[in-house]
Formats: sequence, structure tokens, C-alpha cells
Amino acid sequence: MESASVPSERVRPTGGAQAWELISKYGLIALLIAFPAYYAITDVAAGDGLSRIGENLVAGISNGAIWALVALGYTLVYGIIELINFAHGDNFMIGSFVAFGLYGVFGLGLGTGALGLAVGLFACLLISMVVSGALNVMIERVAYRPLRNAPKLAPLITAVGVSFILQNVGVLWLGASQVGIPDLIDAQRQVVEIAGVPISRSDLLAVAVTVPLVALLTAFVNRTRLGKAMRATAQDPEAARLMGINVDTTISLTFLLGGLLAGAGGLIYALYQTSVWYFQGFTAGLIAFTAAVMGGIGNLRGAVIGGLIIGCIQQISDNRIGNEWTPAVVFGYLVLIMVFRPQGLIGEETREAG
Amino acid sequence: MSRVRALPEAVLTLRQKRFGEYLPAVIAVVAVALFPIFRPPLDGLMDDAILALAYIVMALGLNIVVGFAGLLDLGYVAFYAFGSLMAGWLASDHFAKVNDGKGVFAGVNEFVKTSSPQGIHLNFLLIVLVAIAIAAIAGAIIGLPTLRLRGDYIAIVTLAFGEIIGRFVANGDSVKISGYALSNGRQSISPLDQLDLPFVPEFDSATNLRPYYWAVLAMILVVLFVNFRLRDSRLGRAWVALREDEVAAVSMGIPLVRTKLMAYAVGASFGGISGAFLGVYSNTVNGNAFQFGFSIFILAMVIMGGLGSIWGVVIGAVLLSFVNTRLIPDVLDGEGVRSFLSGFGLDFTFSEVSFGVFGFILLLMMVLRPEGLLPERRRKLELAEGVGAEESVFEGRA
Repeated sequence: MESASVPSERVRPTGGAQAWELISKYGLIALLIAFPAYYAITDVAAGDGLSRIGENLVAGISNGAIWALVALGYTLVYGIIELINFAHGDNFMIGSFVAFGLYGVFGLGLGTGALGLAVGLFACLLISMVVSGALNVMIERVAYRPLRNAPKLAPLITAVGVSFILQNVGVLWLGASQVGIPDLIDAQRQVVEIAGVPISRSDLLAVAVTVPLVALLTAFVNRTRLGKAMRATAQDPEAARLMGINVDTTISLTFLLGGLLAGAGGLIYALYQTSVWYFQGFTAGLIAFTAAVMGGIGNLRGAVIGGLIIGCIQQISDNRIGNEWTPAVVFGYLVLIMVFRPQGLIGEETREAG
Repeated sequence: MSRVRALPEAVLTLRQKRFGEYLPAVIAVVAVALFPIFRPPLDGLMDDAILALAYIVMALGLNIVVGFAGLLDLGYVAFYAFGSLMAGWLASDHFAKVNDGKGVFAGVNEFVKTSSPQGIHLNFLLIVLVAIAIAAIAGAIIGLPTLRLRGDYIAIVTLAFGEIIGRFVANGDSVKISGYALSNGRQSISPLDQLDLPFVPEFDSATNLRPYYWAVLAMILVVLFVNFRLRDSRLGRAWVALREDEVAAVSMGIPLVRTKLMAYAVGASFGGISGAFLGVYSNTVNGNAFQFGFSIFILAMVIMGGLGSIWGVVIGAVLLSFVNTRLIPDVLDGEGVRSFLSGFGLDFTFSEVSFGVFGFILLLMMVLRPEGLLPERRRKLELAEGVGAEESVFEGRA
């Protein structure tokens, strides 16, 4: 599986390996398309037209924008230290909780005027981003850094431990059941209708927050000095250290960036779903991890694309099969990807992948 | 060395050890076996002890996969689910219409035949055999796709399988196979038959827990024996070799696929045994019981005791089980601690956050004492000197 991604002059891929490469790549794409296509065809056959599947896809893309933000955190961290930051989903949950807590602090309610709401929510966004970012950096210091030279599975186990601790912080904070929160932006109100598919405020919000953040992140990683340090560390930490890069700081920075995005995702989720609960992070984490692997872990563009795809799958499954089955559907795809194309659709950018 | 010659040599090493070396273990087993005599037949502590003993079996199974073979399995709850489900299917009225409503009975006593005339009712030993077979097959099937994956991906794939199977059991009431639900979902399959073993009087958990205690203790002795023999066997050494250095082990001629799949299958079958026992003992199979948290609960036992160390895992399982059933509800949520906490304005019960406590134990153990309470000698060396840690699945990082 890994030989396919290593370009080599001497060892030419055999016919079988090439065929496998094609089958795994296009087979996966076909499987992903088959899911919405099946429901689109049954809808048309039943004479309902394409508007329902269109609605699913729109909701899927806006949901997927949130998953993309969380997935970026996974992919950044995996790219640099090859650790599945299992606690990342719960960090996202904490972001949501902080945002909800800030509603009360800023006095944001259904009666707040448009300007107050905009300023207040922007402040909420910034603070929940900072809190999640700081939390992520702290987790790295406490749970991962002491184990950097330990066997590889050790930090994964502490990550699971931290994930449970954060979940239970959530339980203590808001209780063990779903908490409804005020629908500040009137999330379901329709803004425009394109080809019979209504687009709501929440859809626009999700995209409007995600796109600039992703653009900023990409610019940071690709254009700045610190971004260059991150890329160097991801390629070879030892060589990066010899070149005068402070590897510890760079890793902290990576966790900070991932946490910032998770916090932003948390606020959008709170506004979008108008309910939060302590377990949202576990599900979100696994969905986002699936997205990151689907795009090719370590690959920023891949994480965003994976997030959007998995958002659509999750929405269709929620809407058509029933949301109690959605985790099974998403995990089913996760297993398929892991088995047939562990390097993802676009290809991973990690040390192990070469 | 051929297999035929391996056995006498093993017996020889067994004899070479003096009896004195076995004395602590023998004393411990006798003490544990005599414990119920000093307690009333129906007793809360006995109930907790039976659970602890059942968890030992499960932890020993997970130890084979994670400790011996070095494959991090985060979906172990799947095998608990399979074992319990088998008990639910084969010791209750679940399949009510089978055999034209007259039921199927095999090796069960007259009481069961008269009190629940429908469904499938098998002797517990038969149920355990079925549970072993199903769990082992499921373990191998789950293991199959992970063969080519690296360590952390294995964890996620097993986690995904565990969740998928948990989902199916939890929503099993809407999955119909030729008219029968897969499980009763949140409604539970209940009641189940009492434990039923040949040559011993009838069990009755409503009046006397002692037989259950001794039954699960006997189960543990068998499982422990199998564990020790496996660890020292050709297969066990192959697992350790794969864990230490996969490439070297394979080039020495260890069959990768078969060895890894055997680890999954054997580990899973212990989970199946324990799951079947827990299903029968708790007299119910609830679809909601099979959550990710349970996998972590068992993993924490293995980590706490010491990965790969059999006695360590036994101790870890007993400790954590009693943390769950005694320490958290009785001590941490007792008056003393509560009034202490409310002095700081903290008002919560530790029962709410029991999984947070296990998470904290995982974190603490991994950071402060990664080799566990009672480490395996070899593992301790590895952690201290980094012996063989570089290229194994437990790969050292740059």
C-alpha cells in the first residue's frame, strides 16, 4: 500500500499493483458517490424530484464545514507528531460549551439587536477559539510531551484518557443530557432558494466562518516562517532541530492552531444545532478523524474535502436511515477507507508515507 | 524444535521449579476460594467479587492482544457483546417460536423445561463453546483488515468495529432476521436461565451467590492456565517477537497473518466466555451496555497491571473493578469526601464521572509508571533501555 506512493525509478509497479491502485482509488470514490446516488435515484423513481437530496447535500456541506475545521486539527497534529489526538473531539465539545457559557456572560439572548449580536458572537468566537487552543496546548504539555520518546502507543492511550477526562468535565459542567441553547441567529430561517433547495442562515454561517479560517490557516502554513518551521518539523524533526528550529515550540504551535479551529467549530456547532451535550465531541471526533483519513492524513486540503464528503454522508444517513445508525455508517466508511486506501483520496503527507 | 518434543521439555521446566515457587500462588488461590464461606450467601461484596472475577477473564483476553501481541484493540467491547448475546439467544425465550413453540433443550435441568417451555435453552458449557467460537471468528474477521495497518490505525479500526457492533446490538430490536430481533435493544433480553453445570446442584442467584463465585473462579483457573501455557508456547513467543520487531520476526520465519489472527481470535474468545457468564449472571442482556467506555475500562485494567504481565493484569482487573463497585460509590461519594468537596463549593458525585476517573488513571499510569503495577520483566527492560522498541508496533519516535 505504501509502495504505491513512493516514486521509484528502479522498481516499476507491477500490473497488479497498478490495478490495485486504480481499483482502490476509484472504487472508494464510487462507493462514496453510490450513497447519495442511490437515494437520488429512488427519489426520482418515486416522482419526488431531486430537491430532497439537494437539501441533504446542502445541509451536508454546511455540517461538513464544521467537521472540516475539526479534521484540520487531527491532520495538523498527525502530520507533525504522528499521533491521533483522540482528545481533539472533546476539545471541540469544550469549545461549544465555552461559547454557550459566554452567551450568558455577554447577555446574548433572543432579544439582542443585530449589531449587539454580531459583536457578541464575534467575541464568543474569539474567546472559544482561544480557550480551545490553550486547552490543546496544555493537553500536549501534560499528556503527550512526557511520552515523546516512549513507545508509540503510549501517547495514544493517554489521549484516550484525556478524552474521557474532558467528557466528564462536560458532564459536570452541563449535565449528562442534551442541553438546548437559545437559537440566536434563527438558524433555520431561509435566506435564498437555489433550484428549489432552500439555503438557511446556519448553512451560510458555517461556510462564512470556515472558508476564511481555512484560507488563513493555509496561508500561515505555506507562507510564514513559523509555517515553514512546522512543515520542516513534520518532515524530519531531528533535522529541523539541527537547523535551529525549536521543535517543542513548533509542536505547541501546531496544537494551538488545531485547538483554535476546534473552538471555532464548537461555536458554529452550538449556533447550528442549538443544543450541546458532553458526548458530541466523541462522535464529532470520530467523524472528523474519518474525514482526515479520507482526505489523506497530514494533508490540509484533503481534510477539508474529506470533511465535506463525510458531512454529506452523515446528513443523508441521518435523514434517510435514521440518526441512531449514522455512527455505524460513518464507521463502516472508516473501515473501508482504512482497509482499501489508508493513504486517503488525495494522499497522505507524513513521514511514514515517505 | 518440533511440536512433539516441545511438550516434554515444558513439563521438565515445570518440574524443575521447586514447589516453593508455586506456594504464593497456591495460597492466594485457596484464600480466594475460601472467601465466600466467611460471607453470607447473599452479599453485596460477593456480588462485586463475582464481577471482578469475570472482568479478570476479560482483561486476560485483552492482555493477549495488547500485551502479548502489541496490537492496541480499542473495540474489545464487541466480544463482550457477542458473548452476552449468545447467552441471551441460547438461554432464554428469545426465539419463542422455534421448534413450533415447543422449544429446544440441551443439557438443562427440569426446572428450566417447565418454567420456560419456549425458546432455545442450552447448558452453560455449550453456550460458552458457542460464545468462544463466535467471538473467535469475529475476532479474526476484525483482525483481518488490520493486518497491513500501522499501530495507531489498528486502534481506530478496532474501535470502529466495536462501535458498529455496539450499534447493531443497541438498535437490534429493529434488525430482524427471519422474524426474530437481533437483540431487544434497550428493552433487554431477560430473564435468562440460571447457570447450569453438570454434576452440581442447581444454581439460584436469588438465594445463594456462592456457586456463581466458585464457577467463575474455576473459569479463571482454566483461563490462567491457558494464558501461562500460551505465553510460554511457540505461539506466545511468536507474539512477543512480532511485538518487538515485526520485520525481524517475519524474516525469521514467523507466519505474520496466522500469528496475528490467532492473537485476535484467542483474545476475543476470552471476552466471549466472560460476556456469556456476565449475561447469565446479570440475568439480562441490555443493548445499551456495550459502549466504547467499557473497552477503555478493560484496557485501563491491563495498563494498570502491566501490559503483558499475567499476574499484573489480574491485580489491575480486581483493583479497577473494586474502584468501580466500591471505591467510587462508597468512599469517594461517601459523606466524608462529599462534605470535604462541598467545602470548596464542588457539588457532584464521582459516580457521574466514573469514566473520567478511569481516564485519569490511564493518563497517570502512562506518564508516571508506564510499565504498570506489576510489570513483566521483559517489558520493564524495554522501557528502561529502549530494547527492541524501535521498529516494533510500539514504535519509538524520533
